[in-house]
Amino acid sequence: MPAGADLPRIDGLDKLAGRAAYVDDLPTPGAWHGATVRSSVPRGKIRDIHFDPAFDWNDITIVDHRDIPGPNQLKLIDVDQPVLAAGEVRHKHEPILLLAHPSVHKLRDALRAIRVDVEPLPAILDPAAPLTPDLIQYKSDNVLKHIDIRQGDPGPVFARAAHIIEGEYVTGSQEHVYLETQGMLAQWQDGRLTVRGSMQCPYYVLDALTHLFGRSRDAFRVIQSPVGGGFGGKEEYPSLLAIHAALLAEKSGAPVKMIYDRQEDMAVTTKRHPSRTRHRTALDKDGRLLAMEIDVLLDGGAYVTLSPVVLSRGCIHAAGPYFCENIHIRGEARLTNSPPYGAFRGFGAPQTIFAIERHMDVIAARIGIDPVELRRRNLVRTGQPLATGQIYKEPTDLPALMDRALDLAQYKARTQSHAEFNKSHPFLRRGIGFATFHHGAGFTGGGETYLASEVWIEGKPDGTVELQTAQTDMGQGTTTILTQVVAERLGIPTEQVRVATPDTSRVPNSGPTVASRTAMVVGKLIEQACDDLLHQLGRKSGDPEISDDIRRHASLPGKSLVGRAKYQKPASIQWDDKTYRGDAYATYSWATYVADVEVDLRTCRVRVTDFVALQEVGRVLNTTLATGQIAGGVVQGIGWALYENVVLEDGAMKNCQMTNYVIPSAGDLPPIRVVFEERPSHWGPGGAKGIGELPMDGPAPAIVNAISRAVTTTINEIPVTPELLLKATEGRGHG
Amino acid sequence: MDKFDLSLTLNGKSETRRVALDARLLDVLRYDFGSPGTKEGCGEGECGACCVLLDGVLVNSCLVPAFQAAGRRIETVESTPPDLLQTLNATGTSQCGACTPGVVMSIRWLLQHPEIAESVGLRAFMSGNLCRCTGYDGIIAGLEQALQSNAKKAET
Repeated sequence: MPAGADLPRIDGLDKLAGRAAYVDDLPTPGAWHGATVRSSVPRGKIRDIHFDPAFDWNDITIVDHRDIPGPNQLKLIDVDQPVLAAGEVRHKHEPILLLAHPSVHKLRDALRAIRVDVEPLPAILDPAAPLTPDLIQYKSDNVLKHIDIRQGDPGPVFARAAHIIEGEYVTGSQEHVYLETQGMLAQWQDGRLTVRGSMQCPYYVLDALTHLFGRSRDAFRVIQSPVGGGFGGKEEYPSLLAIHAALLAEKSGAPVKMIYDRQEDMAVTTKRHPSRTRHRTALDKDGRLLAMEIDVLLDGGAYVTLSPVVLSRGCIHAAGPYFCENIHIRGEARLTNSPPYGAFRGFGAPQTIFAIERHMDVIAARIGIDPVELRRRNLVRTGQPLATGQIYKEPTDLPALMDRALDLAQYKARTQSHAEFNKSHPFLRRGIGFATFHHGAGFTGGGETYLASEVWIEGKPDGTVELQTAQTDMGQGTTTILTQVVAERLGIPTEQVRVATPDTSRVPNSGPTVASRTAMVVGKLIEQACDDLLHQLGRKSGDPEISDDIRRHASLPGKSLVGRAKYQKPASIQWDDKTYRGDAYATYSWATYVADVEVDLRTCRVRVTDFVALQEVGRVLNTTLATGQIAGGVVQGIGWALYENVVLEDGAMKNCQMTNYVIPSAGDLPPIRVVFEERPSHWGPGGAKGIGELPMDGPAPAIVNAISRAVTTTINEIPVTPELLLKATEGRGHG
Repeated sequence: MDKFDLSLTLNGKSETRRVALDARLLDVLRYDFGSPGTKEGCGEGECGACCVLLDGVLVNSCLVPAFQAAGRRIETVESTPPDLLQTLNATGTSQCGACTPGVVMSIRWLLQHPEIAESVGLRAFMSGNLCRCTGYDGIIAGLEQALQSNAKKAET
């Protein structure tokens, strides 16, 4: 079956039948259970750890920071985060001790028999709060990362602007709620510490293990088990959990499983960075953007983790898909004593896109111009630069894309009919709103060059080929689409393609499964590896002899048949990481999303009644899978906009249960109308571009634009809970 | 921890295991009866990932004490007919697969009660199963397809 022909999900039948074995489903005779003793305060000095002498500790394995063989550092961008707190804790729930025992019951009793005495220290829980010297915990100012993006010179332009519009936009945190909680199994196998579990990036886990244990890569083996959802939540956190399980396995000598329950998972793992973005914009009398000053502030939490790169992607997208000659974007991620915030689908872009797309509607209302017209006048056109100076060379006409989405949503007709409806209805208000946006595919700037990803495709003696990459399938369909890419490039049936389980002992490092890079960047490498294989066979794609050739070559004693490819930066991509100028991404996906909402002024409940998601993502490799991924992302965005409220107490999530952290259910939603405008791009395999994160960007601003119009007030914050809406409408429903 | 012998009929087979007195039905299915297809999503009856049929009734197995299942019939995702699996796979009902076992059991229950399908909206019916991947459209499409094939079978 060729690409684009909707190969049914390869792992689908096993999942539907309950046969797919996730980490907690693996039969592991003799496995012990692991648990974590955590800090109960956001910041403090550990004075004493008290073990109840009445409890029998003999058969409990206890690990603390002194059991760490190498540096007590979680290796990521920085190494400032310990894997087990030594003298000081920096956030609530920070791990201090690890315990393991064969019985879950005894383990629970043991947790209750430990008391950690912590002397509280002053904590900073709001990144915008004034700093006193006793609150400083990172460098001289708690700033984890600062970014400046400059184009032209905005300053003087404001003096001659017809309009100057300012606004401040706030987004809350968000919990991933992957349905499978985090889990790891560590054990000694064949002389290696072997870790299996739920993860997006096996090589991140391997790097972290290597660093912490101070051993060579050969001392470890990291294997991905089926992943029940990731959304970024299993990008960096699994490294910490893998280390914890490995430390317990090493000390106890037994296999150790660490499976978080939902409450622990929600309370302690990473979440989306809360943000506050300020815009100050100069426009001419016709609504053309003259200058933009944008300040982005992210709450990074207690350690650096991935905040610098989340901030980077956020800042690069902060000016939207618009042309403006004078831009200054200043971004800061600051330390707070919250558990570290981390990767979440969109990676900073949803926050800044919410801000710019709300701001565009605020501008339109303030200067009295139609929001469609305002965007039409400013959307970037061929030859014009985006904020980093990247010249727009894409084939998509962005105003036309916007118009098509608005037509699909009957935007004009509904704007009119809603106005009439709102005049006559006693308590229901309807509104339609939209957002135009883009999302960069692959790692930012020089990231792909730094990763230097590699993929292999091996011919097997039975005439099939096995694709070997570190790309993980967490539900988005990697296995299926990469199978299609191989089959199409080699010209063989998909049945003759296997995809290897990501296992660091046998697949090359093709980089992490993040940043909308798998289909596009790794997919392109797969095409090159296929070409290498064909070259070695002296065949062309689709030659009927390929299978026989593979069988013959792969059967030769002592020979192997492997097609290889390694990423090399295309000469046309120019990026300067010091000045933040140049091609921030090889390419982008482009979209306009339109939301129709109904607000009940009595209850302040908002319902999304219709949603159109139109995007140009290059060529679509598998329509069913791509549609599902977009619809799922849109719904995650609807949740972030309306329902998902992370309530913090002492800097950590208080409502860490699915009972009181509400994600959308089928009953809350209309069908999501997913439409693709297909324009093959030369950056990805068969013309595909990145798709995974894009749908997270558009829903929140589209929905809040719609709500703001429905209730004729300005709402610049999400989630728009009934409480927030009640305040904004001043209880008009009760009048 | 006190244990007791729990006998039940799991997917048509009578089985007995010695299990903890305070165990949940979910735990004994997964860890004692060797049926890990049923998943834990939230552990408090919100998400529906652990749905099974208990004497034909759709329940969240995380909320059922194991002893209540003594002598009763349990159907889990593992006994799903292959043709239904094919239908659901074609429409994109499953992505990551973690909510899927519960989704499949809710669909199976509705297929046994087509009169309910007519009176309750499909979206309202499926709102007891939370999914974070699909946005639900793939699930609803799967359910519609399955109901159609069922209706056709009933006609012939």
